[in-house]
Amino acid sequence: MTIAHPTDLEPGLQPQGWLKYFSFSLDHKVIGLQYLVCGFVFYLIGGALAGVIRTELASPMADFVSRDTYNEVLTLHGTIMIFLWIVPVVNGAFGNYLIPFYVGARDMAFPRLNAVAFWLIPPAGILLISSYFLAGAASQSGWTAYPPLSLTTPAAGQIVWILSVLLLGGSSIFGGINFIATVLKLRRPGLKLMQLPMFCWAMLGTSILVVLSTPVLAGTLILLSFDIIAHTGFFNPQLGGNVVVYQHLFWFYSHPAVYIMVLPAFGLVSEILPVHARKPLFGYSTMVYSIMAIVVLGLIVWAHHMFTSGTPPWMRLFFTIATSFIAVPTGIKFFNWLATLWGGKIALNSAVLFSCAFIFNFVFGGITGVALAQVPFDIHVHDTYFVVGHFHYIVYGGSVFVIFASLYHWYPKFTGRLLNEDLGRLHFVLTFIGFNLCFAPQHWLGLNGMPRRVAEYDPAFTIWNQVSSVGALLMAISTIPLLLNVVLTALRGQPAGDNPWNALTPEWITSSPPPVENWIGEAPLVTEPYGYGVEPGTLELNRLRGQDLWASGKS
Amino acid sequence: MDTSLRSISDADDAAALQQEQAASHEEHGDHRLFGLTTFLVADGMTFAGFFAAYLTFKAVNPLPPGSTYELELVLPTINTVLLLVSSFTFHRAGSQCRAGQMASSRLWLLLTTALGAAFLAGQMVEYFTLPFGLRDNLFASTFYALTGFHGLHVTLGVICILIVWWQARSGGRITPSQHFGLEAAELYWHFVDGIWVVLYGILYLL
Repeated sequence: MTIAHPTDLEPGLQPQGWLKYFSFSLDHKVIGLQYLVCGFVFYLIGGALAGVIRTELASPMADFVSRDTYNEVLTLHGTIMIFLWIVPVVNGAFGNYLIPFYVGARDMAFPRLNAVAFWLIPPAGILLISSYFLAGAASQSGWTAYPPLSLTTPAAGQIVWILSVLLLGGSSIFGGINFIATVLKLRRPGLKLMQLPMFCWAMLGTSILVVLSTPVLAGTLILLSFDIIAHTGFFNPQLGGNVVVYQHLFWFYSHPAVYIMVLPAFGLVSEILPVHARKPLFGYSTMVYSIMAIVVLGLIVWAHHMFTSGTPPWMRLFFTIATSFIAVPTGIKFFNWLATLWGGKIALNSAVLFSCAFIFNFVFGGITGVALAQVPFDIHVHDTYFVVGHFHYIVYGGSVFVIFASLYHWYPKFTGRLLNEDLGRLHFVLTFIGFNLCFAPQHWLGLNGMPRRVAEYDPAFTIWNQVSSVGALLMAISTIPLLLNVVLTALRGQPAGDNPWNALTPEWITSSPPPVENWIGEAPLVTEPYGYGVEPGTLELNRLRGQDLWASGKS
Repeated sequence: MDTSLRSISDADDAAALQQEQAASHEEHGDHRLFGLTTFLVADGMTFAGFFAAYLTFKAVNPLPPGSTYELELVLPTINTVLLLVSSFTFHRAGSQCRAGQMASSRLWLLLTTALGAAFLAGQMVEYFTLPFGLRDNLFASTFYALTGFHGLHVTLGVICILIVWWQARSGGRITPSQHFGLEAAELYWHFVDGIWVVLYGILYLL
């Protein structure tokens, strides 16, 4: 049985031109850009909230906003940045735009479900932000919503927060189902799994995590809302409940959520580096296996967030070891990227600068992550600014830098125009300096005992907090060249041609921007997406496994 | 660049291109059951989270003295049998449909609906005769959350079967060759059934 392609069903009903970006479009490219722009709007809102936080922390007293408002602001900041910016953009935006190209399909497996998944996001975001104005007080319990704190803060705001996160979780699950079906079932005949561009593997791994872990968060939040509305006692110790069970269930989703934000970024970097270094991606199969290893390990490390929650010794031991093991596949990927760059003809443009900065930042965040996995150290810095510094190096230094790199790399594909390199490099320099200035001092603050989620702190911490706030200001300024660049280029940028980077992956083997069904005529069969700058024989050499090299050395 | 690879931002070209595409257009297979299966894995994880919470509560949160109950086993066991039988009747409805026996298929569907509704009625009777309410203690809350969430799934399943039954009438959209709705509802029903067996095991027997 076959089903008709959705673009055939409603000819003439789909709006054309810019209006289509505001419609229930079924085109994966339109949906991808919808995710991107919508996510970027929420990034600006979440960034403004971060500005409030850093302004408040520029002085030791709560003089800019009240302490309750500060709690609302940090809750909204965390929730918006994770659920409305990074997760939708690295998964929804680039996943939707690129995956059908990479598997040689004309659209995602379920275009309608895809559109539904996107259109759940704006209402959920508006709901979340409006809780600040409508319900009297927004949620104040942080993005973790730990009970009993979330049971004692204003109930209305907390319920709206839960509702919003449930909608976003639903959107994420629908997206994950779509990616799994597209990568596994929609591949062009003749295209093998091990020939797919690396981003497909990253999205497959991410989607497996989404499908397995997001529902657990949804169930937990439903139980939490029972505790708030019906006064049951699942997580309320006064009624015989258990707060640690909430933490286990919450982190069963929220630790994999880190990989949901970072694995697609790994995939995107693996696409960008070979193109601009003019070399094949080093270690393709080890890359695939390490992605899958991260998926498996990512599901069994959650309790390292709970070393101070009375976890028994055997649990501490297990989760320390499992967490440390994650460094192995991650390290393999980093050495693969370095080896990809090694000896390449590197074009040092904005996309590559952001990608290299990602490698730098993520290695730093990864090292502090391994440190945090060790129980004695974790107990010392738990709930301090060290943790805040660590995860911003992962999610901003990791995922957001890659989002910017991807924007510079694929903007010519989206619009047919190249982004301005001067503005791009200015954006890069401001972001890189601002980011490191903002978050590096936080490690020092945390080591010396400054707790997170506080509006007031010991005046001894003032100077490094002010350095951090200056960094945040630089990051805010860095969005100006980006916005200017995007707007000016869209209006009168340099035409890019169809394939400005001479890339070999399938999305470039069509016009820029691409036609509705991606290719006129048959989809190209790309079995060597990374065959750059090498003779056919050399490419085979690059594909050899370790034992083959061993054998050839003996002969 | 090949002239056929031009942008379609030009509205005039769009119509011509659509014709071109229609000619070269390949239809792809039906992956809806695969998608549904993935969704059911996700749904199963929600239940897994609830089960994990229940088992942890049971292991580490002792109930206050005098608040433990022996659950009655007769009604839940009958209910379990009803659901298991309904999986067989649904399977029968499916094979009858594929064999072209639509009238017989619809009868089996009605029988499945009746079994599902009987299960829900039994669940209601149990709810009203239990000596504890939602807020009495941790066990009571978890009991109602688990069975209630499952009952919601059964209710949805019964509605789906009725829709499928309606669609399988003569002239409806379900025919011996086009029966995705029936297959999807059947897969879902087996899933709900399987979840109940686990739930029955850990809630009533353990």
